[in-house]
Formats: sequence, C-alpha cells, structure tokens
Amino acid sequence: MSDLAWFLVAAVVKSIIAIVALLTAFAYMTLIERRVIARFQRRVGPNRAGPFGVFQPLADAIKMAFKEHILPAKASSFVFLMAPAISVFVALTAFAVVPLGGPTPWGTSAIARAWAPYIADLNVGILYILSISSLAVYGIVLAGWSSGNHYSLLGALRSAAQMVSYEVSIGLALAGVLMFAGTLSMVGIVEAQVHQGIWFILAQPLGFFLYAIAAIAEVNRAPFDLPEAEQELVAGYLTEFSGLRWSLFQMAEYINMITASSVLATLFFGGWTLGALNGVLGAPFIWYFIKVAFFLFVFIWLRATLPRIRYDQLMRFGWQVLLPLSVVNALVTAAVVAFGLSWWVSGLFGLAVLVIAVGVYYLRARRRTAGQMELARLDFGTPNATVSVGVALPSSVRLVSLPAANGAVDSAAEKGEPVVVG
Amino acid sequence: MVAIGYLFAGLFFLGGCVFVMSSLLAANVVNRLFLKPRSTKNKTTTYESGETPIGSAWVQYPLAFYIFALLFVAFDVDIVFILSWAVIFRQLSWFGFIEILFFIIVLSLGLVYAWRKGVVKWI
Repeated sequence: MSDLAWFLVAAVVKSIIAIVALLTAFAYMTLIERRVIARFQRRVGPNRAGPFGVFQPLADAIKMAFKEHILPAKASSFVFLMAPAISVFVALTAFAVVPLGGPTPWGTSAIARAWAPYIADLNVGILYILSISSLAVYGIVLAGWSSGNHYSLLGALRSAAQMVSYEVSIGLALAGVLMFAGTLSMVGIVEAQVHQGIWFILAQPLGFFLYAIAAIAEVNRAPFDLPEAEQELVAGYLTEFSGLRWSLFQMAEYINMITASSVLATLFFGGWTLGALNGVLGAPFIWYFIKVAFFLFVFIWLRATLPRIRYDQLMRFGWQVLLPLSVVNALVTAAVVAFGLSWWVSGLFGLAVLVIAVGVYYLRARRRTAGQMELARLDFGTPNATVSVGVALPSSVRLVSLPAANGAVDSAAEKGEPVVVG
Repeated sequence: MVAIGYLFAGLFFLGGCVFVMSSLLAANVVNRLFLKPRSTKNKTTTYESGETPIGSAWVQYPLAFYIFALLFVAFDVDIVFILSWAVIFRQLSWFGFIEILFFIIVLSLGLVYAWRKGVVKWI
C-alpha cells in the first residue's frame, strides 16, 4: 500500500477512536461532575448504579434514548430537529487539531507518523479551533429561535451577545502566545515551548487568565451560564428539548469544555510534554490527560463555588475589563518581543497586572459590602443623615444597618419619619 | 503534506455527522417502536413557567443586541489581522512593531469612542 492509503486508513481509524473516546469522556464527565459537586455540597451523589455509580452514565443514556421526543406546536420543525445536531458537529470538529502527543511517539517512519496521536496537524491549528468553536453559537441560537418560546429566544440572544463579546478577548489574549511561538500549529506551539525551555504560562500569565475566563464564558459554563439560567429563563434554549436531543446539547457542552481545556493545556502548559519527565509513565500522552483532567476539575470547581453573575455585569466585564486588558497584554508582549527582551519581562508584567486587578477587585468588593459605594451613588449626603425612604432604597439589606445600633432611630421616631442609616 | 490535514479534519467531521445522525435515527426508531405517541394540545404548548404563552415568540427584542454584534464584527476582523501578524512578528521586528502599535491604537480609539458613547454598557 502506498503511504497515502496508510494515512487515510490511519485517519479513519483515529477519527473513530477519537469520537468514541470523546463520547466516553462526556458520559463520565457528567458522572464525575455530579459526584464532585455533591462532595462540595456535602452530599454523596449518584452511587447506586454499580460500584461508585460507574454505570450511571449508561443508565442515563438508556433513559434518554427511550424518552419521548416532543415537538412543540409552535416550533419551526426542521430547524428544531437540526439545532442539536449542529451543536455536536461543531463541538466534535473543533477537536480535530488537538494533539494528544508528539508527531513521532511510535517512530519516525512514514507509517509510524501516520499514527501520530492527533487527527490533523493543520498549519492554522489554533485559528481553526477559534473559528470552528465560534460556530457553536449557531446551534444555540437556532435552538432558541426555533423553539417558539419567549424564554428560549431570550436565552439564545443572550448567548449570542455573550459569546460574541468574549470571543474578541479570546483572540487578543492568544496573540501574545503566538508572538512567542511564531506558529499557529498546535504541534508547533508545543515544540516551540520545548525549544525555548519554558511553558508559555510563565511568559503569559495575564494571557492565560484572560483566555481561561473568556473560554468559560465561551462554553457557557458557570458562572457565565446565563443562556440556560434555570431560575430566570426556565432553561433558556434547552427548555423545549427532550430525550436524546437534549442530551446532544449536553454532549456539545462537555466536548467544548474538553476542547477548551486542551487549548489551555497545549498553549500554556506544554501540551503532552513535562520537561525531563517526558515519556515517563509509559504512554506518551499521559501528561496531556493529567493536564486536561486538572482543567476540567477547575471547571467543576468554579461551578460549585461561584454564583451566576448578572447580565449587565457580564457585558461590562467582557468589554470594559477583559478587552482592554487583552489589548494591553498584546501590546506589551509585542514590545517585549520587538526589543528582544527575555520572556520573564512579560511574565513579570502580567503578574503585576494580575495583582493590581485582584487588589482593585478586592477593594471594590469591600467598599460594596460596607455600603460606601451605594451611599455615594444614592447621594445620601453625610452618613447617618435621616432621609425619606421614598427617595431610594439601598439595593441590599446588608446596606441598612440596624437603626438601634447607632441611636439614630430615636430622634427619627420622635419626628415620625422613616429612617435609612448608612 | 500539510494540506492533506484538511482532508483528515473533513473525515473527522463526516464521522461526527454519521454518528450524530445515526444516533438520532436510532432514537426515533426506538420512539416509534416502544412509545404510543399521544400528542395532546397541552403537551405541545411551549413551556413558559406554567403561564399560557401569549402570541408568537418571534417578536422584536432590544436593540442593544444589535450594537454588540456590530462591535464584534469590527473587532473580530481586526483580530484576524493581529493573529496573522503575530505569527510572522519575529521576521518583521521593528517595522512590524510600529505598524501594529498604530493599528492597535486606532482599534483602541474605536473602543474608547464606543465606551464614551455608553454602548458597551448594558442598559
């Protein structure tokens, strides 16, 4: 057989393996997420189906396949049927360029190279992932629009505006890494890290955090899961979907999470490499798995820890914090590379910006809980001044200290006026 | 040997399509075989927290969404330039740095203008 035939056979076999592996990973991620979140909330989680609940995903799959598919009377049927499929197509396709290992783990002959542990090493690798994963918004928008449900459409529109806003930051945050790597190929970026002897997290700590935050918003995970906010939109674009079509959306979400974690591991943490320990522990891609598993755990951790943010906060954060910071990061990295400075200059700069950002956030949060910002905004004048409740109420009960605590209530009560005390 | 990667990625995409479509088909067959479809009026209404849905859902929504789409188009096109520039940045060195400095400053002016106009703030 010619080399080309070998490559084609290898590509087909690898595609099948990758699809099966991704679906298995999805199925067990649902179990792991439920178990881990249960632990965070001091519960036990699903543990009845088999030891530690390992058959739970199987039970869920059977349940989902046998559930009735309901087509709402108001739905636009063809788009409604296609939307979940589009979501999964897009999620799967983006994974094609993720390298699980180097180009030559099995040897350097042509046939061995055909079996390298990635499906394709495109020279536009990361651009391919960005462009394909930005198509994910289509699945959600079409699902929300075709449901014929007010909440679904609102969830879909929110999702479109959210993904579009954070995508800008994603592109700019990655620009710094690309300047250091000098290539768009995923394999090339890992090799550049090996060649330069650093992981790019060291040179781009700010870029890493900007990308990580924007990626969480891009895959619609908590705390940015506004499109499916259960408490206000029922379930957003998912409301009208049942049975297997619903689980296809879940599948797309988890595969997107795996892809985002892979990008984080590959661009910032050296992908399948680990310095001197390269190739230890047998398989060449063990380090890749460990890194991706860590980031997936962080996704779950954040969901268990952070409350969902408000929509105006989300948009303000995306355009007024993430975007300016990623522009600054790209400019400083460009200056560092142009001046021929060492990687630690941009690393130190990134750390400094991160420290400042966390400090500013902390101070603002403290002022907010102390009620000072709210008082300044409402213009109460001097603290402890007696004002009419009719003017404006503080947004939080925490902002109203107990009147008995500072005696202001007595004088106000004598005059018969209502009191709000700072 | 690089361009053939697109063929492999295409094969992967096709594999994904085959899998998704066949699983949807299988679920449909299972539905037909094991379930008696009883489609009632209440079952096929859209679920809006128990309220009876009033009118079509395809109504007009706030203009703010449109402004974000417009901003996104402007910035995303710029990012395509910046990414392709970042790859060959080392070869361009000083010339490339001055160019991109100018480019990013113009881009930032756009953001500052939008900011001052208050369009990047939600409501």
